[in-house]
Amino acid sequence: MASTDYSPTELMICIAARLMKEARTAFIGTGIPMLAAALAKKLYNPDLIAIFEFGGIGASLEDLPRAVGEARTFYRAMVATGICDVMETAQRGLIEYGFLGGAQIDPYGNLNTTVIGPHEKPKVRLPGSGGANDVGSLCWRTIAIMKHEKKRFVERVDFITTPGYLDGPGARERAGLPAGTGPYRVVTDLALLGYDEATKRMMLLATHPGVTVERVLENTGFALIVPKEVAQSEPPSADELRVLRTEVDPQRLYI
Amino acid sequence: MEIIESGQKELLQPPDVEEFRRWMRENKSPALKDKVMDEREAVKRFVKDGDYIGVELYGTVRCPMSVIREIVRQGKKKLRLAGQGLLEIDFLVAAGLVEAMDITYVGYEVLGLSNILRRAAESGKVKLVEWSNAAMAWRFKAAAMGVPFIPVRSMLGTDTLKYSAAKVVKDPFTGIAVTLLPALILDVGIIHVHRADKYGNAQIDGISGFAFEMARASKRLIISTEELISTEEIQRYPERTIIPWFLVDAVVVAPFGSHPGEMCYCYERDQEHLLEFLKAAETEETTQQYLQKYVYGPKTHQEYLDLIGRDRLEALKRANKGR
Repeated sequence: MASTDYSPTELMICIAARLMKEARTAFIGTGIPMLAAALAKKLYNPDLIAIFEFGGIGASLEDLPRAVGEARTFYRAMVATGICDVMETAQRGLIEYGFLGGAQIDPYGNLNTTVIGPHEKPKVRLPGSGGANDVGSLCWRTIAIMKHEKKRFVERVDFITTPGYLDGPGARERAGLPAGTGPYRVVTDLALLGYDEATKRMMLLATHPGVTVERVLENTGFALIVPKEVAQSEPPSADELRVLRTEVDPQRLYI
Repeated sequence: MEIIESGQKELLQPPDVEEFRRWMRENKSPALKDKVMDEREAVKRFVKDGDYIGVELYGTVRCPMSVIREIVRQGKKKLRLAGQGLLEIDFLVAAGLVEAMDITYVGYEVLGLSNILRRAAESGKVKLVEWSNAAMAWRFKAAAMGVPFIPVRSMLGTDTLKYSAAKVVKDPFTGIAVTLLPALILDVGIIHVHRADKYGNAQIDGISGFAFEMARASKRLIISTEELISTEEIQRYPERTIIPWFLVDAVVVAPFGSHPGEMCYCYERDQEHLLEFLKAAETEETTQQYLQKYVYGPKTHQEYLDLIGRDRLEALKRANKGR
């Protein structure tokens, strides 16, 4: 049964959780990815291994972590190791999905979390790469989660913190990044997006309930590829919302 | 080796592996010496103006805050910093002690951006060189290995590399492009641990972040510990010694040393205090008021704990659900 009473954040979490139905391993960053991983584990994929950059591998996610280095990222986990081990595991090709956020994204999925404006005299200093560059470089498939706004979906990001497809087909490989890796999906509050195989540019896959293709285009600052068939995302089910609200984040830390 | 690309930023702490070997030989001793001292003495003896400092923590977890507050009180100047943390960077930057940083991430995750770093960066007061989290940890790893650089597959093709001091070369064995990260040898490393003995043998519970690598990449090393334990206890579980005594220069006993951050299996982070700090961080004036009250005011770690209050600290302990 579908519900219409949900927030944009809840919608993004549910859509992201569905993307993890088949995943074996996922590198989980702070915020929405934590909730999506916890929801996916509870509803679809109890065997999902959540990996956190400072060393937590395979946590139960019974309690929602407040940060990527805190105890809940390895509570009842299989392994509590360190950052080199985790990042080297990704570098060896063992981590399938990586989740990322950003202040800006461009058509090739390059992400900016460093500065708005020039690096020497930024208009806004953002936190910096953190583990994002490593996740975007080393995991097989990355999924970006962000709000769909024109100022965020831009033709060129002010600073490429984390590599997407850089400037098009073959660019990652030419730069030396591991072959066969790159952006896979973008989850926003308006739509689910992917990438066109031939051009590596962002492509609309599905619009969320009540959202038109026009509205997605109005909120995108670059020419988005719109295929003939655009799917409609299923709204969050009553089951998804119940588990999210009562089991994943009962204290409403994030939702 | 063919250099394909060079990061355009300054290498803030060029590695000298020969000098590092000599330092190790002359300054690190296997002698079993009692190294327990308070924050004041440890900072006075082992932190100098102009030092390049590394602090091992992640977010608000396992922060050596009692030592950081003492560095602020002693006003060590012109520091350069490995910016893979959070609270400690904001404290040192807010006190105007930092000249330059190798930065990966300074933010409060769910709690938002760091306004102190924003003001410093946007005014150009602190020089910033970009890296990724793995890159910083691997730079420590290279130093720990005693080699001048380490090849990795991060940072390629990005502005993170362009605004770093890394280089991209063609690997002579496979022909692929790899990033070379320069080893990062610290003048001083500061690490907070769960348990240590008086000689500096240290144990960490839970994830170990980059403590193993950073301890081995430090010329001088200050350990602060929640608890001082006997050497006999260390010897009963030698496999748990993540930092061996011969690397350590000072052992500072600091219960609740990570406050307002947390310590896994011991106490939770003080969310209320963090929010108070972040509110204060919004303006320069209130930031300085915060430092007055919580950093310059209390002269010792014990005075700081008294200011926070025993009841509150005990509540943070009770809130922790353990293993």
